[in-house]
Amino acid sequence: MADTGVAAAPPAVRRDRWRPYRAVIGSRIRSQRAYRASFRMDLFSTGVIGLVELAEVLVLYRTVDALGGLDVHQILLVFGLADLGFSLASVVVGHVDELPKFIRSGTLDVFFLRPQPVLLQLITSELSLRRVSRALVGLAAFCVGLVTADVPATPRTAALLTMALVSATAISAAQYVTAGGLQFFLIEGREMTNSFVYGGRYAATQPAAVWSAPVRAVFGYVFPMAFCGYLPVLAVLGMPGPPGLPAWLAWCTPLAALWAWAAAMLCWRWGTRSYQGAGG
Amino acid sequence: MRGRGRVWWRLVVAGVHEAAAYRLALLGGLVANVTFGFLKYGILTATVAASGGVVAGYDAQVMSTYIWLSQGMLGSVNLFGRTDLSDRVKNGDVAVDFLRPLSVQAAACLHDIGRGLFALLPRGLPSVAIGALLVGIALPSSAAGYLLGAVSVLLAIAVSATTVYLVAVSGFWLVETRGLQVLYMVTSGFFAGLFVPVGLLPGWLQVAAYSTPFPAMMMYPVDVLSGRVAGWAAAGLVAAQLGWLLATVAVGAAMTVGGRRRLEVQGG
Repeated sequence: MADTGVAAAPPAVRRDRWRPYRAVIGSRIRSQRAYRASFRMDLFSTGVIGLVELAEVLVLYRTVDALGGLDVHQILLVFGLADLGFSLASVVVGHVDELPKFIRSGTLDVFFLRPQPVLLQLITSELSLRRVSRALVGLAAFCVGLVTADVPATPRTAALLTMALVSATAISAAQYVTAGGLQFFLIEGREMTNSFVYGGRYAATQPAAVWSAPVRAVFGYVFPMAFCGYLPVLAVLGMPGPPGLPAWLAWCTPLAALWAWAAAMLCWRWGTRSYQGAGG
Repeated sequence: MRGRGRVWWRLVVAGVHEAAAYRLALLGGLVANVTFGFLKYGILTATVAASGGVVAGYDAQVMSTYIWLSQGMLGSVNLFGRTDLSDRVKNGDVAVDFLRPLSVQAAACLHDIGRGLFALLPRGLPSVAIGALLVGIALPSSAAGYLLGAVSVLLAIAVSATTVYLVAVSGFWLVETRGLQVLYMVTSGFFAGLFVPVGLLPGWLQVAAYSTPFPAMMMYPVDVLSGRVAGWAAAGLVAAQLGWLLATVAVGAAMTVGGRRRLEVQGG
């Protein structure tokens, strides 16, 4: 579908590197909007997923005032940042999770034949608009937290939160790409990567102070999920962090995002280099 | 009747073989289950500690048991709503299934049950063992407790298979069941007590949960095995599971008959 658009383009236009990607994304957006009833149902369902995930956090606060040093307003802020970041990442790169399907059916080979980077093609092959409704749940939680949690209205807060949101999106997106790279080896064992993609999302919405030391090492540093919401919120509110995760690390969230992307690109390179095709 | 029993048994065994064939998938599932187990453990034991040692009948030990038993059962029950059958209904292949001299419902459900039973060995037991070794869990004190627990787990796997079958056959009317599958995924996890025990939900949500078959897929067997519910109350939970099994089988049978009449296969 998109190939015909590229092939028909005159040589002068073909030099525009982004044109093929724009054509594909445009076609994906149009195709999702074509079936309106189905799209609305999808929007609704993904919104409900976000609401249930929020409810699972709030339910715990019915019996307690604070968990891991955070009260319900503060946890809304953590949940909002982390979930908004994750949802935005899934809109843009969430479909990379479908890679095992492409590998198994052999359709991935087509991506290798085109003169464009495979990862960029895969990312731009779809735009999961239905996941936007879930981002709205995260945004709402974030806004409520921002208003009720006694956040100091200073430029420092704005800088920390902006940095956190951008980094949270980047870190979550990196987990999808890391998982994608590993899928080349796992294929049927794809559930293993769920532990840091979806487990990572779950971890990012939690107060890291409740974690045991090994979990803190894994989701604090290896998969830097504590940087998505928890550490920035601690820094904004001027609270100390648990052992091993001091609050000043919040200023290093871009470094955490860089680390996550470095790991993701390594995994992706490793995966694509060793891919030999599924025949056919 | 004996012949049919043998066919059904073979379908269960086929499910076992299918699950056993994908070893890496089993390992992947185990890794994911255990990771989520540790994340659940941190936040839920913190909740127990912060509310003074007991919350809704859960102390630290019972909570830990809930976490590792529920994680262990995750590979055996279907809380995603996706089945092979729903694809076959959508693309019309189910017409071939109807031509076979055995019930489509029995074939699909028994195959699922076989898969679920097998998953208890490589995914269920290690999950529970890791929890027991690293953080400690409570287990039944009597042989009768184990027996009732085993029946309850078996019924949970069966109810999950017969309920998810309903999602698949609703495709006879809906064609595209993805929306329904997502809705099933969201409600089943929440109401089965996947991330938070049903007992911790506010009253009205508990009522909503108990009016669905989802607690029977995970919460009931966990409550029976962990001893949170004991004696006749535990037997009552198993009876409720049996009731849900009969109800979902009956609805499934009616939908199979109705769907078969609606099914229209084009092309050739």
